[in-house]
Amino acid sequence: MSRGRWLRRLWRSSTGRFGLIVVGVVAAVALVSVFWTPFSTRRTDVADRWALPGWPHLLGTDGTGRDILSLIMAGSKTAVLVAVGAGAIATVIGLALAALGALTARWIRESTAVLVDILIAFPVLLIAMMISAVWGGSLWVVIWSVGIGFGVNIARVTRPELRRVLHSDFVLAGRASGLTPAQNLWRHLLPNVAPVFIVQLSWGMAIAVLAEAGLSYLGFGAPVTEPSWGVLLAELQRQITVHPIAVVWLGLAITLTVLGLNLLGDSLRDATDPTLSRGRDPMAPPREAIRHVPGVRA
Amino acid sequence: MIRYALTRLALLIVGLFVASALIFVTLRVLPGDVAQLVAGMNATPAQIQAIRDQLGLDLPLPAQYAAWIGGVVRADLGTSLLTGSSVAGEIAQKATVTVPLGILSLVIALAFSIPFGVLSAMRRRHADGTALNVTAQTLAAVPVVWAGMMLVVVFAVWLGWLPAQGFPRAGWQDPALALRALLLPALTIGIVEGAVLLRFVRSATLQAVGQDYVRTAAAKGLTRDQALVRHGLPNVGLSIITVLGLQVAGIIVGAVVIEQLFGLPGIGRMLVTDVANRDLPKVQSELLVLTGFVLIVGFVVDLVHRAIDPRLRQAEVHS
Amino acid sequence: MSLVVRDLVIDLDGRRVVDGVSFAVPDGARVGLIGESGSGKSLTALAVLGLLPQGAEASGSITWNGRELIGRPDRELARLRGDEIGIIFQEPRTALNPIRTVGRQIAESVRIHEGLGRRAAAARAVAEARRVFLPDPQRIVKRYPHELSGGQRQRVGIAIALACGPQLLIADEPTTALDVTIQAEILELLRGLVEESGMSLVFITHDLAVLSQIATDGVVLAQGRVVESAPVRDLLTQPRSTITQALLRDAKSTLWRTGGPS
Repeated sequence: MSRGRWLRRLWRSSTGRFGLIVVGVVAAVALVSVFWTPFSTRRTDVADRWALPGWPHLLGTDGTGRDILSLIMAGSKTAVLVAVGAGAIATVIGLALAALGALTARWIRESTAVLVDILIAFPVLLIAMMISAVWGGSLWVVIWSVGIGFGVNIARVTRPELRRVLHSDFVLAGRASGLTPAQNLWRHLLPNVAPVFIVQLSWGMAIAVLAEAGLSYLGFGAPVTEPSWGVLLAELQRQITVHPIAVVWLGLAITLTVLGLNLLGDSLRDATDPTLSRGRDPMAPPREAIRHVPGVRA
Repeated sequence: MIRYALTRLALLIVGLFVASALIFVTLRVLPGDVAQLVAGMNATPAQIQAIRDQLGLDLPLPAQYAAWIGGVVRADLGTSLLTGSSVAGEIAQKATVTVPLGILSLVIALAFSIPFGVLSAMRRRHADGTALNVTAQTLAAVPVVWAGMMLVVVFAVWLGWLPAQGFPRAGWQDPALALRALLLPALTIGIVEGAVLLRFVRSATLQAVGQDYVRTAAAKGLTRDQALVRHGLPNVGLSIITVLGLQVAGIIVGAVVIEQLFGLPGIGRMLVTDVANRDLPKVQSELLVLTGFVLIVGFVVDLVHRAIDPRLRQAEVHS
Repeated sequence: MSLVVRDLVIDLDGRRVVDGVSFAVPDGARVGLIGESGSGKSLTALAVLGLLPQGAEASGSITWNGRELIGRPDRELARLRGDEIGIIFQEPRTALNPIRTVGRQIAESVRIHEGLGRRAAAARAVAEARRVFLPDPQRIVKRYPHELSGGQRQRVGIAIALACGPQLLIADEPTTALDVTIQAEILELLRGLVEESGMSLVFITHDLAVLSQIATDGVVLAQGRVVESAPVRDLLTQPRSTITQALLRDAKSTLWRTGGPS
């Protein structure tokens, strides 16, 4: 299906529309905040601290007089960075493991499958802790942990698709009609595997944002000097008793972003595989749910 | 069935070894000198050497690994670099907070997700079903830390019903007090994980609604609702078991963060502190315990599932 | 004991899929509903029992023994289902609950309508299994659906439908999903059971050849409307509507290909 039709189909479903809009807005805000935010995030205005939403501080200020809106906008940069970075790593790791598990000699395939099943048990957060214990916390820790954790999940989901397509009649026919293995792969594998993959990527990015929030909150993510959403959570927490409204806005921003990515993934899945929820054969033993990745809700 | 259980057990043990190896390799194969890192910048060479000896860093790697694993098998999880106390002892003690927290969270998550999940599926063409679905979607997107903060604001700061932080120093000697301290944390984790689970219950129920055998059951003389409850829901329950393992992992992770927020002296908070302190022997064993737990739960869930689902039982006879 | 359908209209998600269908099934009659897929025949059958899928609405009149069925609350329709009217579905692979033994599923019918205890119902299940000629009934009732062949599962479906001795049996394409050789067996079985009990039958299919072996009268449906209604003999020899003629052509080619009915 051409990309134009995909987008239009997404747009037609209300969840798809919501997801696209939210993701678009967040990406735009992140881009804008590289150059401009209403107030500098470093500017403190002690006289105007704990201000309620209004003018000029649209969402109010925190305990040192920093503008909440600007802080949230600046934090979106980190969220986007983590989401994209983790997504890229997860893609590479996921595809590599899936390929290993489908395209190679039998013993490699079997051992990869076992390895993937074991790696699945490592919750992303624990991977992050492990890396932090060694290299100290940083944004890279977050990106790599989510990348590895979700990459393994992608591998687990993509591998059966790969194998299914590999053994399908189309591929055999392609080989029979003289296509080189590479051409065969390109023409048949990609369009079949891509939908599953894109859906997973969407959800993976949602998880990345949540993981950043949790890990930075714990101190193992972004450094305190970067106003990432997780760091902000930790800072604004101290002011909950006097000025809770500040952290409310922050939480809403994170929730909205994650929700948008989740719904985007959901609507992508509905758009590419509508039979998933309907024509299921009750004789076949149940499959595991594939969306929830262990150990990421942080 | 026995054969399957034994095979699975063997795989579990292999998994535990691989996990331990991964943890060990990651933590020991460092750029730079571990002892130096731990000792800090102003340490004297003698102090650094003392740490090397304590950590056994001069031994070859496989020997270090064997020493650690040998200890683990004997329930000796090493000693803390900072305090010298037994890791196993501390974990056992902190578990008295984390395990009840985990169980309470799981109960809340199930109690919340199953009825509302089924309801949101059965009422999906009505306003209340849609509202439930939207709420669950939103709750599943909430960072668990923030959810905790919001609950603290409402129940501890404004209403003053529950404590915002801490766990009684006397531990469980006064069960009511201890439970009060765990209630908000468990609610936080339970609601957020429950929302994730609810969406799964909902989709499983939706599948059940459309299944032909539910229609056959109604054709026998049950009302349509009865048919769904008696024939559809057990199938839903079965598929929930498959995700239970993932839920437990999610709860463990939630506990790590939530214990930090609520200042609970549990395993999660201890892990965070130890990682910050670079107390490697402790971190090593703690990670092994947590990962091992996830693997074991996965193993148990798999066996239970196999025992209950007749389709899986048959598969092994024919294969 | 009669079923009268008058001006039945069914809308599915806003689309009209059955548009004024009328036919009657007097006591002891064997009526076939025949048409291509999508002609609305299955939905008509489901409407009788109140088993339409979500999003479907039925209007018009369906009377069973003089009582109007459309608009009845589900509770009351449930009492009819299985007890006075039984139904067999097309797809044996999905029609049975995969996590219950077939014996329990057969027994459930009698437990609902006759209030039998578990042991009595289990014995009755064995008897019903024997009635539909399932091999080794004592053992087979303890099996799960995925352990049975397609033909055996369909026999279980028939046993479930007939366990309480209904006055009317609706068979919705019961042989379509089966192998050709098994089709003949199941048809035999159905014909025997219907004749033996004298119950009325509504047989739904797209295959005139199959219809000719079990029904006496035929109602031809196309796009939700009745295009022809006549005894089966007349449909085969003097088809008046083009739809019927097309169906006849298909049936003849099937007969030619598979070597004729058994």
